Amino acid sequence: MKNVEKGPDSSNEIKVERELVIPGDFLSEKDLKSGMGTYNDTERTYASQLGVKNIRAGYINVVPLGGRYIPRSGDYVIGNIIDIGPSNWLVDIKAPYPAPLHVNEVPWRVEFGDTARFLFVGDTILAKIQNVDEIKRVHVTMNDHDLRKLTGGLITEISHSKVPRVIGKGGSMITLIKRYTKCRMFVGQNGRIWIDGNADDIMVAVSTIERIEAEAQVMGLTDSIKDYLEERYSERSEEIETK
Amino acid sequence: MNEEVISEINRNFIYQLAEKGRRIDNRAPDEFRPIGVEKGVVNTAEGSARVHIGRTDVLAGVKIGIGEPFPDTPAKGVLTTNAELIPLASPTFEFGPPREDSIELARVVDRGIRESGTIDLEKLCLEEGEKVWIVFIDIHVLDYDGNLFDASALGALAALTDTTVPASRFELGDDFKLPVLHYPIACTTVKVENTLLLDPALEEEKIASARLTVTTDENKDVRAMQKGKSGSFTLDEVKKIITSSQEVAEKNRKKIIE
Amino acid sequence: MGDSGDLKLIDDSGKRLDGRKLDELRPIKIEANVLRRADGSAYLEWGGNKILAAVYGPREAHPRHLQDPTKAIVQCRYNMAAFSVMDRKRPGPDRRSVEISKILSEALAYVVFTEQFPRTSIDVFIEVLQADAGTRCSGLTAASVALADAGIPMKDLIVSCAFGKVGGKVVLDLYKEEDNLGEADVPIAVVPRTEEIVLLQMDGHLTVEELNHGLTMTMDACKYIYGLQRDALKNRYSTGMDNEENPKEASK
Repeated sequence: MKNVEKGPDSSNEIKVERELVIPGDFLSEKDLKSGMGTYNDTERTYASQLGVKNIRAGYINVVPLGGRYIPRSGDYVIGNIIDIGPSNWLVDIKAPYPAPLHVNEVPWRVEFGDTARFLFVGDTILAKIQNVDEIKRVHVTMNDHDLRKLTGGLITEISHSKVPRVIGKGGSMITLIKRYTKCRMFVGQNGRIWIDGNADDIMVAVSTIERIEAEAQVMGLTDSIKDYLEERYSERSEEIETK
Repeated sequence: MNEEVISEINRNFIYQLAEKGRRIDNRAPDEFRPIGVEKGVVNTAEGSARVHIGRTDVLAGVKIGIGEPFPDTPAKGVLTTNAELIPLASPTFEFGPPREDSIELARVVDRGIRESGTIDLEKLCLEEGEKVWIVFIDIHVLDYDGNLFDASALGALAALTDTTVPASRFELGDDFKLPVLHYPIACTTVKVENTLLLDPALEEEKIASARLTVTTDENKDVRAMQKGKSGSFTLDEVKKIITSSQEVAEKNRKKIIE
Repeated sequence: MGDSGDLKLIDDSGKRLDGRKLDELRPIKIEANVLRRADGSAYLEWGGNKILAAVYGPREAHPRHLQDPTKAIVQCRYNMAAFSVMDRKRPGPDRRSVEISKILSEALAYVVFTEQFPRTSIDVFIEVLQADAGTRCSGLTAASVALADAGIPMKDLIVSCAFGKVGGKVVLDLYKEEDNLGEADVPIAVVPRTEEIVLLQMDGHLTVEELNHGLTMTMDACKYIYGLQRDALKNRYSTGMDNEENPKEASK
């Protein structure tokens, strides 16, 4: 299992200061460099996206609260095959554009025209964003450790901006969910989550993730999620006892 | 469109649950999602209602006008039903003239209302063969999360019960409540593997092999049906669906008649 | 523009038919993120207007020939529900809604950083559920909240409002009755921070002085409405956010 906890989007990035900003909000004079989710106008920096203001390493950024997933090279994502060509597949990664996966980028030897035998429309893969070129064309690869076709379990979707909350600080949240539900999980940076295990446990994991998404801004989220999981599993054990 | 592709993983998961009589949102096979009905939400309409089934959201409005009756029913008012699957409601709905899905939806809703004699159309005659009240039902889908048939039928009926005929505006006497005689309720069931699921959620609707909408009135009589999708039902399944539709309709009808 | 006949649109104390002062807006209520399927959405009530706006995208532009290899296209569709007006409107686009959609698309495209998403479309759908004059302004005001809600990178929100002339006076934000009988109607839309005007239409009859006065008045109103747009987004997203600074969370 890929160690998602160390993903680049881990919530460590979000510092204590949590000020909500709206596109057009003034952020700073030229003392800070303008980073993600910002723009410059006459040497002043403004927010270009709805999000949380964040100052880091001399840069002022806006961490978005929503929006489509914008692929970045090196991201691990979960994709669905939506079309097949003779030498590539087209993968939906919840981004503005579907991404091609070339036969050279899979861990199998695929003859020209034989693509459908390996991955078919509707299949789900664990992939890595290989590169995003200057005109935003995205290529994905499966040529990396542990990247593969996923089978079994369930795929659930959240906003990519909530991924750091589902993972938690240092992976605390995802570890918590895995511990209670005994499920295998993989959180793609694009907001798709694969969960595998017993059907009941998968469903508890899904409802836990829904809760995290709904309450992502609430204080003490980890504790409240822990309480929730404890409650869910005590109820179930009581049910079993009374039967 | 990409959105139409359901991953094999989720398809299989829903199949496996269905085999055990279970569903992805923990509902029982014959359980509806929560229903919300709010009447009188649009003051430019003669009657209106917003209906939620889970996160499916439909707004129905009734406009009343004056026109000529059909030649074969010269002493009856006219009912027309239209549905708009506007692209605001789903990434898969497209801008443009109504496509077959919205036409089917409007016609299924229309049949339930027409065949059950919901509106007393005889009371809507102004001058036999010349002038009658025309009832326009317009269904505006706002958020599509599965089961538009039942939400739209419920919305249309709720809007009709909210409708006042604006006679005074046309200088034709006092306004009066639209005479509503019957309360047809549509219930939709889909078949996933060999399990029947009532009130399909979006993913269930998409992977289902067959769909059946049964509209029953307050006497539990069947007033309209529509089978959809390319799969089939056994005779036993159809009978079972009719029985469960009758039962659920009775519950859902209470959301409209307070 | 209509003829008011004997009806007095402004009374002797300078009040309008609905009791408002000349420079007074109707009540406005905005709510962000109200739909499940859309990427961003907003619901707005403005006097008797009820408007839903939804944003999808950026997504691959279809049909393909619409794709611009250098930037996203902003496609706004303004549509009125059949029951949104007194005389039922035939469903579907007409010449009026096509024109409005075009100018709203152009206004929104000005603030969106379209060059960040070549070959895509950012689709904005405005549905008028109940109309009471000023639907294009209400729709545009709602649409820009929906765009921000969808996380679309943009310079600023857009605020829109109209002024007009009724009973010989320049007034803010015409409602249905005044719109039918008034002498002029001037919808405008502005970028609040820079006061740039991105939409401007006019029909009727105004002196240059009246026009200048109306524009100034409407610019002020837009700044007030901008505050309501901000509140709608902040209310939706900042729940419990202040508490996030609690030391237990921060110390980790």
